[in-house]
Amino acid sequence: MAEVVTLNNPSAKAGTVTKLAAGPKGKKPRPMLSPRNIMIYGALIFAAAYYLLPLYVMVVTSLKGMPEVRLGNIFSPPLEITFEPWVKAWSSACTGLNCDGLSRGFWNSVRITIPSTIVSIAIASINGYALANWRFKGADLFFTILIVGAFIPYQVMIYPIVIVLREMGLYGSLTGLIIVHSIFGMPILTLLFRNYFSSLPEELFKAARVDGAGFWTIYFKIMLPMSLPIFVVAMILQITGIWNDFLLGVVFTRPEYYPMTVQLNNIVNSVQGVKEYNVNMAATILTGAVPLIVYFVSGRLFVRGIAAGAVKG
Amino acid sequence: MTINSVSVRDLSLSFGAVTVLETLNLDVKDGEFLVLLGSSGCGKSTLLNCIAGLLDVSEGQIFIKDKNVTWEEPKDRGIGMVFQSYALYPQMTVEGNLSFGLKVAKLPQAEIDKRVARASEILQIQPLLKRKPSELSGGQRQRVAIGRALVRDVDVFLFDEPLSNLDAKLRSELRVEIKRLHQSLKNTMIYVTHDQIEALTLADRIAVMKSGVIQQLADPMTIYNMPENLFVAGFIGSPSMNFFRGEIKDKGGRKVIEINGVDFAMDAYPARGPMEAGRKVVLGVRPEHVKVDEPGEEIHDAIVDIEEPMGADNLLWLKLAGQTISVRIAGARRYAPGRAVKLSFDMSMASVFDAVTENRV
Ligand SMILES: Nc1ncnc2c1ncn2[C@@H]1O[C@H](COP(=O)(O)OP(=O)(O)OP(=O)(O)O)[C@@H](O)[C@H]1O
Ligand SMILES: [Mg+2]
Repeated sequence: MAEVVTLNNPSAKAGTVTKLAAGPKGKKPRPMLSPRNIMIYGALIFAAAYYLLPLYVMVVTSLKGMPEVRLGNIFSPPLEITFEPWVKAWSSACTGLNCDGLSRGFWNSVRITIPSTIVSIAIASINGYALANWRFKGADLFFTILIVGAFIPYQVMIYPIVIVLREMGLYGSLTGLIIVHSIFGMPILTLLFRNYFSSLPEELFKAARVDGAGFWTIYFKIMLPMSLPIFVVAMILQITGIWNDFLLGVVFTRPEYYPMTVQLNNIVNSVQGVKEYNVNMAATILTGAVPLIVYFVSGRLFVRGIAAGAVKG
Repeated sequence: MTINSVSVRDLSLSFGAVTVLETLNLDVKDGEFLVLLGSSGCGKSTLLNCIAGLLDVSEGQIFIKDKNVTWEEPKDRGIGMVFQSYALYPQMTVEGNLSFGLKVAKLPQAEIDKRVARASEILQIQPLLKRKPSELSGGQRQRVAIGRALVRDVDVFLFDEPLSNLDAKLRSELRVEIKRLHQSLKNTMIYVTHDQIEALTLADRIAVMKSGVIQQLADPMTIYNMPENLFVAGFIGSPSMNFFRGEIKDKGGRKVIEINGVDFAMDAYPARGPMEAGRKVVLGVRPEHVKVDEPGEEIHDAIVDIEEPMGADNLLWLKLAGQTISVRIAGARRYAPGRAVKLSFDMSMASVFDAVTENRV
């Protein structure tokens, strides 16, 4: 190598090399505290604080005893941490008639959410699959009707559904509410699944048909394994939607079956006695915990599913 | 064995108001390699899907091995199909992909293993059996897709542009492999493509399609040398055939075509019928049927416009009778632009089409 350099006019070569070495090299340095960074991070931190502050207030308040709450310093951390309010909110806060806390509502919500989620997703995914891949007669009409259903306000349909359920003898029962939730979830979920299945390559479906697979075999063996992200999206939509539902829960069930949200309202808005802010805060966090956990656990899959549906749909 | 392997009778298909295929007839002989060739959107895939049973026909019948399968499910038609996008099941291994159809058909495991082993040996994909499709290259994927048709042990293979997603080198490799496969299996293959090289190299017979109608069905050499109409003539060949609009004239007892005042003698042209004087025609000559600076009966003067050396060949674009004409000569013979040359035409290899009906004269 050295010889080659010597051959090619060494002095000129050396000159360029030193000049080159003096110039910028490698990764361009970016100072942490540039105006740009300050703007970006400042805005992000501000936005995060804005949304997190209420949660902070709730958490600290729920950890204070009543005497400390009465002092009124809602931002100050608890002097003496107590889990009393949490225990009370869960097991002995009074909701109108009975005083066994949110636990009853929690289990009611679980018993409502799980079957509704499973039933609605199962039916909607099959609907979407049939609409996307098996262009049966009247498919477009069926789909249009379903989508129109998504735009009719809930309130319009409540009374007719009450009558239908009453005639079926299901009014006031958990089964009735589960049916209602499943039906209300149908338009948007079907749309979601139809778009996702339409985005999968059509030739895959054709190949499976040539291979002799029928409606159900293709659904279970080909489509399902490719659709995990969209199922996660649908699950999150349904779990959070149904868990947070208040209106349908209060209309279609009897007090002993009230979901957690309705019970929370009853605890927070009960008129007798003093307002126990710490218990109310704990109860609210407990009620919101389930959707929150669902988001945290499946957030990444959620984003992936939404992206898959959005880009290819 | 002269029975037809696949017969399509008066097939029509429309999507709503759009008619894609109209009373189409096609007979594919047993063991034949038939290529459906046509530009994009002309209905090749639609025809193939009808034969496969993936689309319900609007009108007409389909026979496979002399059995009317018009209403049969794809799996009962005795066909295997290979798709452009490979269409491998992404969640299954190569082995799973190959055996899926056999498992659905509830074949005994021993038979499944036997067929998978045979197919993977023929296609040399044994080392890949445990891999997922995402871990394969394009060429390997398409091999697996062919394997999936192979294990079905069927009489008829349907290919829908199987090579068009591959790069040029792989494409020519797999093209040879498909040809070899056909030679060893000897089953019927219907192969859709818009690539004329694929069509010419692979086919026993080519069906050239245009907007849902088969324009010509013949062996590759006939298609190339004696195109039935102007569309087929222009579609096949690269660079495409030179076309000149002109009129037939009788000059001193000889038939000539007059093009912009230049006469081209047509004595050597094997006309199908009488060439009446006064008829407006299109003369078609392939680039390799024009001789440059060689002795010939009739010499035309031309000027070299552009030269495109392509290695083995040299392509000249010249000005003649007010038109541009392409001529293919040996690669070693070079001509600089602007040079005057003498052209002579091999009219025995030319094609003449009626200017109105566009059919061969
Ligand atoms: N599902 C459908 N609905 C309506 N029109 C369709 C449908 N499928 C295909 N077509 C139309 O039918 C015509 C033929 O389509 P086809 O897929 O057979 O073309 P092709 O010859 O295979 O083209 P390519 O080489 O691009 O694959 C096209 O004009 C297309 O627009
Ligand atoms: Mg096609």
